[in-house]
This record gives sequence, C-alpha cells and structure tokens, in this order.
Amino acid sequence: MFKDSLERLGLYAQAVINSIGLMMMMLISSAMLLLTPPIKVRNMFKQMEFVGIESLFVVILTGSFTGMVLALQSFNALKRFGAESMVGPTVALSMARELGPVLAGLMVTGRAGSAMATELGTMRVTEQIDALSTMGINPVKYLVVPRIVAGILMFPILTIITDFVGVIGGWFVGVKLLGINSGVYIGRTIDFVTIEDVATGLYKSLVFGLIMTLVACYNGFYTTGGAKGVGRAATTSVVTASVMILVSDYLLSTVLG
Amino acid sequence: MIEIRNLRKAFNGKKILDGLNLDIEQSKITVIIGRSGEGKSVLIKHIIGLLKPDSGSIKLDGLDITTLKERELNEVRKRFGMLFQSGALFDSMNVADNVGFALKEHTGLQDDDIAKIVREKLTRVGLKGVERMATDELSGGMKKRVGLARAIVMDPEIVLFDEPTTGLDPIMSDSIADLVLDTQKALNTTYVLITHDIPFTYKIADKIAMLHEGKIIATGTVTEMKESTDPVVRQFLEGRAQGPITVY
Repeated sequence: MFKDSLERLGLYAQAVINSIGLMMMMLISSAMLLLTPPIKVRNMFKQMEFVGIESLFVVILTGSFTGMVLALQSFNALKRFGAESMVGPTVALSMARELGPVLAGLMVTGRAGSAMATELGTMRVTEQIDALSTMGINPVKYLVVPRIVAGILMFPILTIITDFVGVIGGWFVGVKLLGINSGVYIGRTIDFVTIEDVATGLYKSLVFGLIMTLVACYNGFYTTGGAKGVGRAATTSVVTASVMILVSDYLLSTVLG
Repeated sequence: MIEIRNLRKAFNGKKILDGLNLDIEQSKITVIIGRSGEGKSVLIKHIIGLLKPDSGSIKLDGLDITTLKERELNEVRKRFGMLFQSGALFDSMNVADNVGFALKEHTGLQDDDIAKIVREKLTRVGLKGVERMATDELSGGMKKRVGLARAIVMDPEIVLFDEPTTGLDPIMSDSIADLVLDTQKALNTTYVLITHDIPFTYKIADKIAMLHEGKIIATGTVTEMKESTDPVVRQFLEGRAQGPITVY
C-alpha cells in the first residue's frame, strides 16, 4: 500500500519533471529560432491580432468593472477614517501593480490560451504538425514562436488598457456616483501613483504573457489521445497557466517590491 | 535508393520494429502490407525522419538519415512528399493555400506562379475549380486528391502514402489506384505505400513487402507474392481469419 503510493508519487514527479524539461526545451529552441531567418512576421501579426485585438473587449469589460467595484469598496472602508480622497490612489495603485496585469493575464489565458492549446492539439492529432515537418518546415518556428512573441508583446499593452479603464471606472463611481471632488480624485491619484508602479505591473505582464503562451503551446503541441486529449490539453493549459500566473505574481511582487 | 537495415523501435518496452530490413527501388511503386497495428505507419514515419529508431539505419542514396540533425533532416525532407491517411490538410487554409504551401515556404516564386503550379497539380489529380474551397467542404476522396497534389507540388523524388484508401468506397479506392499509377508514370517518382487493401495493392504494386511481427517476412512482385507458399503471407493475402496469424 505504502509502496504503491510511493511509486505513484515517483511516477507523477517524473512526469512533472519531464514536462518542465520539455517546456524549457521548447522555450530555448523558440528563442533560437526567433533569430533564425526567415522571420515569420505575418504569422506574428496574425497571432498578435488574436491575442491582443480580439481580447480587447473582455479586458475592457473586466478592467472597468473591477475599477468600479474597487472604488465602491474602498470608499466604504476609507469613509470611516475620513479618507475618501484616497479612493483614487487606492484604485490606481491596485490596478497598476496587481489587478491590471493579473486580471488581463487570467482573462486572456481563459480566452486565448485555451484556444491556442485546442488549435495546436487538433493539429497534432490530425497529423497537421507532422505534415509541416514532412515539408521540411520546423513546426516550433512556424507555430510556437509567433504565439510566444505575440503573448510577450500584447500582454503589456492589454495591461495598460486594463489599468486605464479600471482607473476611469473608479473615477466614474467615485466622482459621479459617490460625490468625491474630481480635482481631488485626480490630484491625489497623480500624487501617489508613480511610473515605477505602472512599470512593475508591465514587467509582470511580460512574464505572464510568456507563461500563458508557453504553457498553451506546450500542452497543445504534445497532445496525445484524440479528441479527449485535445480537451484535456485546453483544460490543463488554462489551469496550469492561471496557477503559474498567480504564483509568479507573488514571487515577482516580492522581487520587484 | 532507400536501404533499411536492422531497424528496431520499441514503445514502452513493446517491440514494434524488430530488426527490419527492406530495399526500396528508385522509380518503382513499393507497397508495404501488413495487419493494423503491425507498425506500418511507424516504419513510414522512420523513412521520413519523424521518428528516430532505437537502432539500425535508413540510407537514402548512401546517406544515413537516422543520424541527421533536425536542420539537415529538413533539407532531406524536401526530397520527399507525403500523403497522410486523413489527408492532414491545414484546416486554417483553403485548398490552393494547402497545395501551394511548400512552394511559398521554400521557393521565391511569385503568387501568380504558385497559383499556376497549384492549378496544374490539382488538374493532375483530377480536380478543377476547387482552389477556393475550404478543406471541410471536401469529400474523403477529394481530401486524398488534394493531399496528393500537395505531396507532389515540389516535384519530390519520393512520395510516401499512409493508407491512401482507408475510409473510401471500393470505386473511389480504384480511382485512387488509377491516380497513383498515372502520377507515378508521369512524374517517374519513387512511390512507397502502406496499406492493407489487397485489391488496391495488386493493381498498383511493382514490389510488395509484407510486415509481420516487426520484420519484413516476404518481398516480391504481385505474381511472386500470389504464388507464395508462406502460410502467413497466404493467410493475409486471402483474408482468412484461420491460420498462423491469430485474431485478437
């Protein structure tokens, strides 16, 4: 009984280490292939459109409502100390340092990460990835590199947009609904929020973009087991990338301050 | 042209190829037959370098492709075309983009020139006016034809076919056999096919090789194989459940 459990644990650990190894190999070969001509600019733009432009609606919706609810809740708390004027900085700092990158990361992972894993997984089980190889085309260069580049470039842009609409949403609730003076709201926000705060969020978003695309591409690229395997790849991608985003957010917050 | 020597491959301890030897002659149609699950697809994937053997060699004009690095292998693969069992057409592209894909990636040809070659190859496989169709609008037989057009678009020296008649009705299978014969004659290319479709094999093969328990147990022309006294070969060619090959 104990031996069986230990054996299962060992096999699981072996599988996890194997996955991490393969993922790192994929990352290293992607970095090398990125610099090897011909560079697939068209594919990159296509993926940037998919990850970035097509995620705009969902991040605007999430960011604005998060900013609004943040203003509402912080107003209720700060009112007790007579510090309603601090609602603006509270919303802006929360959005810039934490919620902007994390929310954008999680929302895009749910939308684009699952789609990436499904698309690559389907290509794997229908032998389309093998077909690329038989034509002398490196499938990592053709399929993975553009997606990783798109993730790294588009996540910071989506984060800035999330931050911005969150602050606007907070301003709307604070000023228009709760009656805080607009000049005070904006003035205090400018006083307390620095470029470093925004930059911290953007650094995080770069890492989140890499995590999401790498995890989705890895799971899709190495899919086995037909339609069921494709479904499993999509689910695993979203769960793994989301957890990794939250864990790395804590680690990055510790390092970046 | 292709010499396979002592090829071995096992998955999770299960031997699939067990010291396989085979010679594939230039400008001939070689058909590898064998039961489902015997490792025919594994063999064909080794020939084009999609799988690495545990041991053994595959020499293409004297060059052992099992020792090549990925980049060198990609160069060698340009000498090959491959038709997959399911077609493996890129579903994000239409028919013309599928067929012209390798030309776009590997040649500096202009779009007009690519379109011309694509039209010519589609005509060669008996398809006209399908360039703008999406791949999910194609029937099973049309998918195989488009797959073949894509496989021959770069005028390869060797074309590999993975079960080209699976899932097709007998009439469509016969038309694929005619297509294989016509294109091979016209292009003078080396064709290697794997199948368990015996009427199809008899119609097209210059040489038949039978894969059984990880080895090639018999090779010969259609006549030689029909006259074989090997009980395993006889049972398979006659399609009998009773015999040395056990049904499980």
